[in-house]
Amino acid sequence: MTAAAPLLDIRGLTVELPPGGDRRHAIEDLWLRVESGRTLCVVGESGSGKSLAAAAIVRLMPSPRLRISGGQVLLDGRDTLAMGMSELLAVRGGRVGYVFQDPLSCLNPLERIGRQVREVLDRHGWAGDRAARVNRLLADVGLPQPGQIVHKYPWQLSGGQRQRVMIAMALAADPALLIADEPTAALDVTTQAQILRLLREQQAQRGLGLLLITHDFGVVAEMADEVAVLKDGRLVEHGDRAQVLGRPREAYTRRLLAAVPPLLARAARTGGQPLLQATGLRKTWAATGPWWRRGAPTPAVAGVDLRVDRGETVAVVGESGSGKSTLARLLARLTQADGGKASLQGIAEDYLSMPARQLGPLRRAVQMVFQDPFASLNPRHTVGHSVAMGPIACGTPRDQALREARELLERVRVDPRAADRYPSEFSGGQRQRIVIARALAMRARLLIADEPVSALDVSVQAEILDLLEEIQQRDGVGMVFITHDLRVAARMADRIMVMNRGEIVESGNAAAVLAAPAHPYTRELLLAVPRMEGASGCAPPHDTATGGA
Amino acid sequence: MNALPVNWRLWIGACTLTAIALVALGAPWLAPHDPWALLGPPLAPPGGEFALGTDLLGRDLLSGLIHGARVSLLIGLASTVCALAIGITLGAVAGYFGGLADRVVVRFTEFFQVIPAFLFAILLVAIMRPGLRSVIVAVALVTWPPVARLVRSEFLTLRSREFVEAARALGLGHGQIILREILPNALPPVIAVGSLMVATAILTESSLSFLGLADPNLISWGYIIGSSRSVFRDAWWLSVLPGLCLFVTVLSISLLADGLGDSRNPLLRSRRGLSP
Amino acid sequence: MRLLAAFAAWLPRALLTLAAIGLLNFMLIRLAPGDPAAVIAGESGAADAAFLEKIRADYGLDQPLPVQVAAYLGRLAQLDLGVSYRSNVPVSQLIGQRLPATLLLTGTALVLAIAAGTALGIAAARRRGGVLDVAIGSFAMLAYAMPVFWVGLLLVLVFSVGLGWFPAFGMASLIPRQGFAAVLDVAHHLVLPAVTLTLLHLAVYVRLARASTLEVLGRDFVRTAQAKGLTEGQVLRGHVLRNALLPTVTMAGLQVGHLVGGAVVIETVFAWPGIGRLAFDALLQRDYAVILGVFFVSSVMVVLANLVTDLVLRLIDPRIGR
Repeated sequence: MTAAAPLLDIRGLTVELPPGGDRRHAIEDLWLRVESGRTLCVVGESGSGKSLAAAAIVRLMPSPRLRISGGQVLLDGRDTLAMGMSELLAVRGGRVGYVFQDPLSCLNPLERIGRQVREVLDRHGWAGDRAARVNRLLADVGLPQPGQIVHKYPWQLSGGQRQRVMIAMALAADPALLIADEPTAALDVTTQAQILRLLREQQAQRGLGLLLITHDFGVVAEMADEVAVLKDGRLVEHGDRAQVLGRPREAYTRRLLAAVPPLLARAARTGGQPLLQATGLRKTWAATGPWWRRGAPTPAVAGVDLRVDRGETVAVVGESGSGKSTLARLLARLTQADGGKASLQGIAEDYLSMPARQLGPLRRAVQMVFQDPFASLNPRHTVGHSVAMGPIACGTPRDQALREARELLERVRVDPRAADRYPSEFSGGQRQRIVIARALAMRARLLIADEPVSALDVSVQAEILDLLEEIQQRDGVGMVFITHDLRVAARMADRIMVMNRGEIVESGNAAAVLAAPAHPYTRELLLAVPRMEGASGCAPPHDTATGGA
Repeated sequence: MNALPVNWRLWIGACTLTAIALVALGAPWLAPHDPWALLGPPLAPPGGEFALGTDLLGRDLLSGLIHGARVSLLIGLASTVCALAIGITLGAVAGYFGGLADRVVVRFTEFFQVIPAFLFAILLVAIMRPGLRSVIVAVALVTWPPVARLVRSEFLTLRSREFVEAARALGLGHGQIILREILPNALPPVIAVGSLMVATAILTESSLSFLGLADPNLISWGYIIGSSRSVFRDAWWLSVLPGLCLFVTVLSISLLADGLGDSRNPLLRSRRGLSP
Repeated sequence: MRLLAAFAAWLPRALLTLAAIGLLNFMLIRLAPGDPAAVIAGESGAADAAFLEKIRADYGLDQPLPVQVAAYLGRLAQLDLGVSYRSNVPVSQLIGQRLPATLLLTGTALVLAIAAGTALGIAAARRRGGVLDVAIGSFAMLAYAMPVFWVGLLLVLVFSVGLGWFPAFGMASLIPRQGFAAVLDVAHHLVLPAVTLTLLHLAVYVRLARASTLEVLGRDFVRTAQAKGLTEGQVLRGHVLRNALLPTVTMAGLQVGHLVGGAVVIETVFAWPGIGRLAFDALLQRDYAVILGVFFVSSVMVVLANLVTDLVLRLIDPRIGR
């Protein structure tokens, strides 16, 4: 690459936090460049300042209390931080296009798609037929029948379609730089692959510079020409993709990379005693709406069989809407099943139809770990109380329960003195540990984990997964692990079941499913997972059926 | 007033309100005269022997105002407590259990919100014998619907939160979950609304007594204004001063409620402004 | 088309609500202490036994309860609200004479309160924490704290007795005017009562519009609009306004009932010849037929207002009803 003037040149950008926070700067002395036709991926965990940096480029600060206190941002040689307002407004949308994370909340629900896209053209004085350009843009981003889409509202489209609209809007006035802030994080993995492909195509066609913010190294491996790693507002590592992913210089980068589970099945554990046996599980949500316009009833779980042995982990993998979360709730008897049997060895022959009064032993034996660590704990109870609540309700004396709670907290590596503090004082990872302690307090034999690590940073993820595995080995707990992330499933599961639209389409040993998937849907899922294997030097999966990276 | 930091609003409101409450509690000892006694020349202006003047029948206005504080605060608090009891119970049941209970409560609440509130209060007071109890009941029956709606929506949101599901998975019963898990989390907005409801109750009572519909044995600020209507052009102090008392009381409650509400309001933490 | 469907869905529920209110009316008479016939007769004829018999026959008070209820509801459906025994005039006629005055007053106040309140609330939210925001917020808080009758009396003291700019009582001058001069005359009389009624509700709308605008400003699609390079005005008009208005429209429907209630006090203070004053006078005379008639008619007004706000909401927000 020659030393041509870069399209975007961030020089020493510094953003200050309001006083009283845990650090002084949100972003400190950041230097980055993006060239035309090249992609820079900015990677970091939550709190790294990556989204803020993207917003600061056009002074789109989320709060007036975050002050840009130093540095320059040169776009075509002009400093956006020093520009007058009218010039800045022309740059926004005109020279720089933005794509944000959650397309549902990022589009005005009360306005039609066509008008929202056209607005960009009107604002930047697009010469030529604007209506035609809108149709052309929507077709370019792969939306079928643009003529109809322009009349629709955002909530009438699917997640993937909405994100395509966002991309069309960002490209409408022909910008030179496209900034995408976690553009696929809210999408299913198959849709994610399509959107990433679309971004690559548009970049190639238009010669755009692309600044891609993400936390997912798989996305980095697929998209980046250059990579920048941010931590706590500082640039930790910067280089081209092969170097950063293959031969990272900094310990932090190495740690992040190591925390990403490879798409390799673990050694299966077999020979445990049977624990859970469920057959024919069914749940159908009733139709909604007024009586003359009732929709069709939606089957969430349609005849699922499931078996878990002691000490074994069965992963249920699926995308949103597959019914996997409903399945979890059926097994934990938080939702009433419409049909099927589930027996738990030594506890109940069929606990799905047992009356609520007799559920006591079941409640002790089957515990759930939920996805959202911030909603899993009652903010008004101390941590110790939350952990001890279950045993107390089952009759354990209060002092004893609290004592055991402290021991359990220690076991999950949370300071036992924390028992008197409130959940708001803990991080997401710590709260998830507390939730696990709560499940252990009941001496559960079966853990049902519904996306327990999806809301956590990747380094914290690895720790929680290690913890779960250690518990399983020590206590012989069986686990049903619900996830959409095949890498996490590969890390944890002995057996994998793939769920789509309420049905199990494939089921078998983890190694077999990952290496030689039989069902086309499984193959599609595997294909869609962004690959890191080649770049990071880990062995690629032993399959040829899934194709290459 | 909005520029005052949150604490100031809370403090001003709380102090003023406490002062008024103390005056109300100590009325028999603080008031210089019996408010019902015909002591002086009628329509004496403020100043002189009677600090704030006298009314149409020669009763001391200052004593009337001090005793009036009692009535206003008492009725405001009592009716709010009743309204809260009704509203919280109905809202919790509807929000937690859903289904038929929810539909019934929602219809019931909507019905009460369609009825013009003040007219209904007037009707109730007219039908029951005018008195303290009828006023409290009438005001309570008219102010409970917003509480029920609020509590219902809070319960609906909280019921599906994961910590509630965890409580169910741990085997807790419905009652325990409602009282110990959900209600403590649902209360903060209810407290804010509740404090404003006291203000509304006081205003409603004052309107009722202004029209002469409240307990004729109780001196209240609205009653003083209402009974002096015929002479309000000449004896302005009989209209302006009691109204001022009402104004200050309601204002301090508003300040207090705002102060309480703001300290928890996530909207007030750094929010994107319109200026780019 | 959607609106027609919404109307069709609304109608049975509205009729049911009105029937329930009719039932409430019916029960309220029975709840009053004493003989229902005497209650209905009010002060005018309670002593006359023959009169009471006539009332019993008119209202079918000797019939079994379900028959009475059915008969009463049937009469209501025909807009037969009974007769005011005090003045011997059908209640519906009395109300019909006075209703336009109340509609004029409450309608004006509603429009003013919503328009001014929303504008002030949005202006306050634009520069949160700024001088305008503080001023508007303080004004709203002060306006909310004032008892409605006190404001009325104060305004009369200042602007009518003191300055002599506006008349203190009534809807029109004693000397009748013609044509446009008559309209101006009514408007002149309308100012003080309408301003009084507006002030109270203004506070509600200011706070609502401010809170709603602030909440919408925090939403992600506003950030998208800003990223498109839209000016502040374009973002406000094109994206914030419609979204922020939704709670206001909903509130307007709920507020109509309070407006009518407030009108009772205001019409009494300003001697405005509306149904509020009618109800109050009837109350003093224990003329229950009139009071209940006014109660029913104002409930109908609220139900209709709710229909209008629902339709407006559907017009603004295409998500409803899909």
